[in-house]
Amino acid sequence: MEFVFDRENNKEGIEDLEIFIEDNKDKLGALMPIMQKTQEIFGYLPLEMLQLISRRTGTPLSEIYGVATFYSQFSFIPIGEYKVSVCLGTACYVKGAQGILEEIEKELDIKHGGTTPDLKFSIIEARCLGDCGLAPVFTINDDVYPHVKKEDIKEILAKYR
Amino acid sequence: MLVMDMLDEIKDKNRKQLEERLTQKGGYIIDEDGIKLDGDYFKKQVRIALKNCDIIDPTNIEEYIAMDGYFSLKNILNNMSQQEVIDIMKQSGLRGRGGAGFPTGRKWETALQYSSDKKYVICNADEGDPGAFMDRSILEKDPHSVLEAMAIAGFAIGSDQGFIYVRAEYPVAVKRLKAAIAQAKEYGVLGENIFGTNFNFDIELRLGAGAFVCGEGTALIESIEGKRGMPRTKIYRTAHRGLWQKPTIINNVETLANIPVIFQKGVDWFTKIGTEKSPGTKVFALVGKIETAGLVEVPMGMPLHEIIYDIGGGVPDGKSFKAVQTGGPSGGCIPENLLDTPVDFESLAKIGSIMGSGGMVVMDNTDCMVDIAKFFLDFTVDESCGKCVPCREGTKRMLELLEKITSGNGKKEDIDTMERLAVTISSASLCGLGQTAANPVVSTLRYFRDEYEAHVMDKKCPAGSCQSLLQYFITDKCIGCTKCAKVCPVHCISGKVKQLHVIDQDICIKCGACQETCPVNAITRS
Amino acid sequence: MINMVIDGKKVKVSRDSTVLEAAKQVGIDIPALCYDKNLEIVAACRLCVVEIDGKNKLETSCSTKVREGMNVNTHSEKIDTVRKDVLQLLLDSHPNDCLTCQKAGECLLQKYAYEYDVNFVKHDGAMRPHLVDTSSPYILKDDSKCILCGKCVRTCSEVAERQVLAFADRGYDTRIVLDADQTLETSSCVSCNRCVTVCPVGALIDKRTLGKVRSWEGEKQVVKCKSCQYGCNFEVIKNRGKNIAVKAMEPTEGRPLCLRGRLTTEFINVDKPEKPFRKIDGKFEETSWTKALGLEEVMEKMELLKEDE
Repeated sequence: MEFVFDRENNKEGIEDLEIFIEDNKDKLGALMPIMQKTQEIFGYLPLEMLQLISRRTGTPLSEIYGVATFYSQFSFIPIGEYKVSVCLGTACYVKGAQGILEEIEKELDIKHGGTTPDLKFSIIEARCLGDCGLAPVFTINDDVYPHVKKEDIKEILAKYR
Repeated sequence: MLVMDMLDEIKDKNRKQLEERLTQKGGYIIDEDGIKLDGDYFKKQVRIALKNCDIIDPTNIEEYIAMDGYFSLKNILNNMSQQEVIDIMKQSGLRGRGGAGFPTGRKWETALQYSSDKKYVICNADEGDPGAFMDRSILEKDPHSVLEAMAIAGFAIGSDQGFIYVRAEYPVAVKRLKAAIAQAKEYGVLGENIFGTNFNFDIELRLGAGAFVCGEGTALIESIEGKRGMPRTKIYRTAHRGLWQKPTIINNVETLANIPVIFQKGVDWFTKIGTEKSPGTKVFALVGKIETAGLVEVPMGMPLHEIIYDIGGGVPDGKSFKAVQTGGPSGGCIPENLLDTPVDFESLAKIGSIMGSGGMVVMDNTDCMVDIAKFFLDFTVDESCGKCVPCREGTKRMLELLEKITSGNGKKEDIDTMERLAVTISSASLCGLGQTAANPVVSTLRYFRDEYEAHVMDKKCPAGSCQSLLQYFITDKCIGCTKCAKVCPVHCISGKVKQLHVIDQDICIKCGACQETCPVNAITRS
Repeated sequence: MINMVIDGKKVKVSRDSTVLEAAKQVGIDIPALCYDKNLEIVAACRLCVVEIDGKNKLETSCSTKVREGMNVNTHSEKIDTVRKDVLQLLLDSHPNDCLTCQKAGECLLQKYAYEYDVNFVKHDGAMRPHLVDTSSPYILKDDSKCILCGKCVRTCSEVAERQVLAFADRGYDTRIVLDADQTLETSSCVSCNRCVTVCPVGALIDKRTLGKVRSWEGEKQVVKCKSCQYGCNFEVIKNRGKNIAVKAMEPTEGRPLCLRGRLTTEFINVDKPEKPFRKIDGKFEETSWTKALGLEEVMEKMELLKEDE
């Protein structure tokens, strides 16, 4: 699936980013906050914006790309409107999180790390959400679903469709 | 802005309101010792790092003050020298709660000794161990304890700038911290001329972006600097050349939460709790196959069984205890016969595990130890930064061997290869992540070798958890209803109506669908 | 100078050296793949581990400073086991094609594998993906041979306006990329060949020497580049009485290497130089030597002056 970055539609976002860069670029270690802001604005890191960050901050593009690919939260493809994070921490794992993940993948017909073609859902494998007492657990944006069972998945997802 | 004597005023006013509110709500013990959570779960606990959690309103700085908050900072700025603060830290014997257990006072002293135009205090809030969430609780429920401790650390080493590096997976913690920092500045306990003295200290938040290795000190520093979180080689200690090559101390959230209390109640009080070499308490995230899961703060040296059975209530659903995993991906699995081991840094290391950040995952007889080792290796392979060869290449090969074994293709020599690889990965890796990456494999091999051998020689998973090694059979209970044959996704069940059905083992993919659908429980698994 | 003991020998070495440098000063070579005296120390390959009295862990000699009275062992059963394992791990991800690899004979991985008797072993586990960037007429980048020592990244970032190479991804999937994962052709790479000179294996190769001569054949003569006052070093490779190629030598402080210098040196020294290429708008195009060396205006003027005479 190819996603094309539309400058015209993102005009406001680009302006916001430019202001943010201007305000922060002289701070020490500003690159990560700038990249996080970029992802917050556009939902992912468009290559065009990485080039912009490189020009404005004087950071080599290669270095920015290196940082973007190192951290798992940065993405080069848009993330869906609903981010389904399935916790695969130890506590969830021993309580069957793998099965929950597979069920969600089956239900949405995408693999983890993927986004549905209608840009509605993305599935993310989470590294322990810190809700171990509620295992197994997954979240959809800010909503937490504790002690989930495979058979509940369909119904839960239906609420967001 | 807050001046010294206003603190008492705020405390008195809010303490009364707080006590009234809690009395009304119920579930608290309020007496001359202070305010505590009531109930069996808390009886054996000693809460220092968690002392305010679930008691105060974390969004209100005045309630933190009501629980004696910011009094330690005030007292230090008023009456103590930098060296005196460090001496108390050293006498307290407080050791880092993030995993390695390095004495906090010594860390501070080193940073004080190097003169520099700029020094930094970093709070490591990149709690990444799967199965540990104590730092998250403290940040969300008692953020000011961390801020106060950082200011104390800043004063002690001569720093005016702190950073809190929080993982982005904790949005509530981030929100609470932002609010707390703003409040603290408004009240003048952070910022310039704190309590009217000439001490300045500011704190900035930095968010992680999903890299477990950034919990390692030098990787965290690289990340704050805006780079890939790859650990540095330790030519210089961070207390000498850390963040932007300036003297830097890094303390974990739980460690910091202890500090204001130590200054408030004194070294004697603190060292009476816990053991001689590991004074104080440790918070554990007691999770997994346990009756009552949650955070448990106990004096160091409490035996494992006391935590698991007396506090946690043991293994639920009538299953039996098999092992407890401590220390996350760097730790090990401890079997039942070692449950009298006291929890402290040295004792856990002796039996091949580590304290780590305090994850404690209980496992029962249906959990396969080889599979658990594979789970942790899979984690490490995913999170290895890729800088040094033993970790980048070695953990990958080890995971491949574990995959081979759990899928029934293991050979006897694979176990030997893993043992040799484990030695090299541990002794030659650059940072703590690599040096401890083999622990889950080494410890399970040490205590559950028979399980590995069962996978390799008999091609069986004793816990019945490794799917490829399972076999499904239809017993004579079968009534020939054909439901199983219909539900089988690979059509490997044959049989006529009202006759015994048979599973073709060569085609079966062990999905278990037949077993779930059988109305008379005629299908067994072995 | 300080006194220390290396492998039982009492030695005097300079105070600010690392253990690896100190050993070298007294003629002991410690194997190392990611170490380069001109570059930042990263201690990534872990091959240079040694035992130091009083430390219970192995230490990397490249990143440990010497101390008065220090007692170091550069060989022991433990050390050699680790080195063998590290080499085995690298070979397990490396293609078995030393027979045809241009780097054979100069390859450090090959050298140490020979020294420590480590061999290729057939296995069905992961290998690095076979990605070869053939887009440049000057450099060949073969990711499958890369051992991720990072020397190329470090040397590229030494020149402020270059910084084209970087690490991308992480863990076993770590790789070396140009800009935002471009090719040698489409990226901002200026073909200076710094990276090629420091690569210890066959992952980065000077394409203009490819297939012409094996490293142990022919004679080599060091010449200084005459293109500018820096005077970077090049090797002229001679085989059967003919000068067949030039190769950039390691850049040093004040000797940064550049394409123009390389082409100038090649033009002057090689008997039958291959056609030069210029990168225009992210595309390599064959060009004339006059254009490649930036001599158009000079030549025009010379013609003009000749006419005047």
